[in-house]
Amino acid sequence: MDPRAAAIDDRLAGVGRIVAVTGSKGGIGKSVISSSLALAWADEGMAVGLLDLDFTSPSDHVVLGGGGRFPTEEFGVDPVVLAGVRTMSVAYFSGDAAAPMRGGDVTNTLLELLAITRWGDLDALVLDLPPGLGDIALDVVRLVPRTEFLLLGTASRVVIGSVQRAVRLLVELRAPIVGMAENLRRDGGGEVEALAAGSGVPFLGAVPYDPALEDALGDPGRLRETDFFDAVRRIGREVAGRAGTATSPPGR
Amino acid sequence: MHEFALADAVVKAAVRAAREAGMARIEAITVRVGELQQIERDLFEFSLTEVIPAAEPALQGVRFVVEEEPVRFRCRVCEREFGTPDLDRVEDADDREAIHFLPELSHAYIRCPGCGSPDFEILAGRGISLARVEGDTDPGPAPG
Repeated sequence: MDPRAAAIDDRLAGVGRIVAVTGSKGGIGKSVISSSLALAWADEGMAVGLLDLDFTSPSDHVVLGGGGRFPTEEFGVDPVVLAGVRTMSVAYFSGDAAAPMRGGDVTNTLLELLAITRWGDLDALVLDLPPGLGDIALDVVRLVPRTEFLLLGTASRVVIGSVQRAVRLLVELRAPIVGMAENLRRDGGGEVEALAAGSGVPFLGAVPYDPALEDALGDPGRLRETDFFDAVRRIGREVAGRAGTATSPPGR
Repeated sequence: MHEFALADAVVKAAVRAAREAGMARIEAITVRVGELQQIERDLFEFSLTEVIPAAEPALQGVRFVVEEEPVRFRCRVCEREFGTPDLDRVEDADDREAIHFLPELSHAYIRCPGCGSPDFEILAGRGISLARVEGDTDPGPAPG
């Protein structure tokens, strides 16, 4: 019997909301949005955690300007505080080394992180999910069923279809969806908003493509000054205002 | 003191298992400790006794049995099985520490001794598991 599952509820007992940022395609900005969402909430005085669940390409610590190895430990492992956000990542253990993992390894690593991390009292914990709705997303739904999903999409045709499938799957899994947001908006847009409306999911807002973003990564001060961050801050307020509203929309 | 968190998980899981089995009192908890996680055994055993909640009557006088399980890997590419000597080849203290916290990070630091692949399966000896919970089953009120 695996004892770790028994400890998870306890470890998350002081955590208010758990919001997982997901999108079925890679490269649509999940990590930058997750990290910025956590930072925006921390700036507003919330106690916020950020768990990077992209085990093969962790990058939240890069966005928030962190580094180094091995968090402090006492009765468990303490999150690393970056710009006011309590963060946890496999990168704090593996550094730059690449650790290829298959399904069972991914589940084990998730269980281990959830069982040993001492989040303490948090208003919200942001989970940054890897691309797709595979092992991690399924494990999050199974192990932490109160997790609310924030679906991220872009206007690209190759993304829209996969976000649509993601909604269908989350509905089938009865996973709560807090809403949908658009990233990398250039001119026009509206595709993600239309998809949200058609799926019965709240549209939380659009984040513009911001050429200033790349140079601001790793520097929370500069990140806060970008148009990108302004839009994420508005989405953060939208999500914060929707406490207790996330439900699985009716299946379509 | 990450051993404390693991000990805490073991005791919570044992109490849950005992409750599900209708046990009124737990006599012994057998924990299997996998070699890969490189638990500090003294610290872990001390933690097991420390995390027992005083308010949990089912655990009063409980005995802990800790069994060690050697690590076994199997390469998915060449199917070779390997184990302890290959873990011992990880010499860097930080790399060993990483495996201690997250045993799956062995994929970053251990390679198949046959073909050099990092794509191997951890067959046994990964980490902590609850092997057995023994105790008295509550017989319930005697028939009158």
